[in-house]
Amino acid sequence: MSRDRSGDGKRSPDGKPEAEQPPWRRDFPIDTAQDAYVARRDYAKFLVLTSLAFVVGQFGIAFAGLKRAIARAPAREVARVEDIPPGGAIVFHYPGPHDPCLLVRDVDGSFVAYGQKCTHLACAVVPHVDKKRIGCPCHEGAFDMATGRPLAGPPRRPLPLVKLEVRDGAVYALGVEDRTV
Amino acid sequence: MSKRPFTRDQKTTIIYGVLGPIVTLVILQLWLLSATMNAYLGGDLRVAWPAAFFSLACLLLNAGLLRYVYALDAR
Repeated sequence: MSRDRSGDGKRSPDGKPEAEQPPWRRDFPIDTAQDAYVARRDYAKFLVLTSLAFVVGQFGIAFAGLKRAIARAPAREVARVEDIPPGGAIVFHYPGPHDPCLLVRDVDGSFVAYGQKCTHLACAVVPHVDKKRIGCPCHEGAFDMATGRPLAGPPRRPLPLVKLEVRDGAVYALGVEDRTV
Repeated sequence: MSKRPFTRDQKTTIIYGVLGPIVTLVILQLWLLSATMNAYLGGDLRVAWPAAFFSLACLLLNAGLLRYVYALDAR
């Protein structure tokens, strides 16, 4: 079997000389070694472009975080105390019109509020005050009503906490705190 | 005394060697992106900028390695 020892001549896939190749391969010869060389070089180029895409994504997250840090949610009245009986709950939108939140009044009269989007796949969560839980009906996720931390199911992050203040018979939202643990 | 140019087989071997660190760095960047996104969604904004600059450093390393690969053709 003759092989090109220099590494620079044309080489067929089976390594045999051109005279032993079938006619179709002699008509359309492919230099396998050169093909492999160019393919690996292009693969390296593709990987570097992927690397560039990751950097763009990283800076996108960084700028989005900067924007979020600058834009502070203003304090706003979200409900009157007498509108929500103990054990009751309402949905309100805070800080923007597309940010649904859940205001829950416990049986002892205290208020807690969380973002209503499940931290798993953004389904709307619903309160179960009798069980002291907030549940996600999509995948049977459950959060502790007192802290918003995940108790069961696929969610791993707590619900965003809406800071509240009760004054003059009204409940005010003061800001939203996203949490990892 | 001038250096002998690389044969194609040698160039192919070099490319395989260069692909190793490039793949490793890209996998590292993928992990970094998913970890940063998780932190961002959880409201932890402290890691975003250091992670972005680290990812940029990985890209510059990758670009340098790719430049070397293309420089091989000129030899």
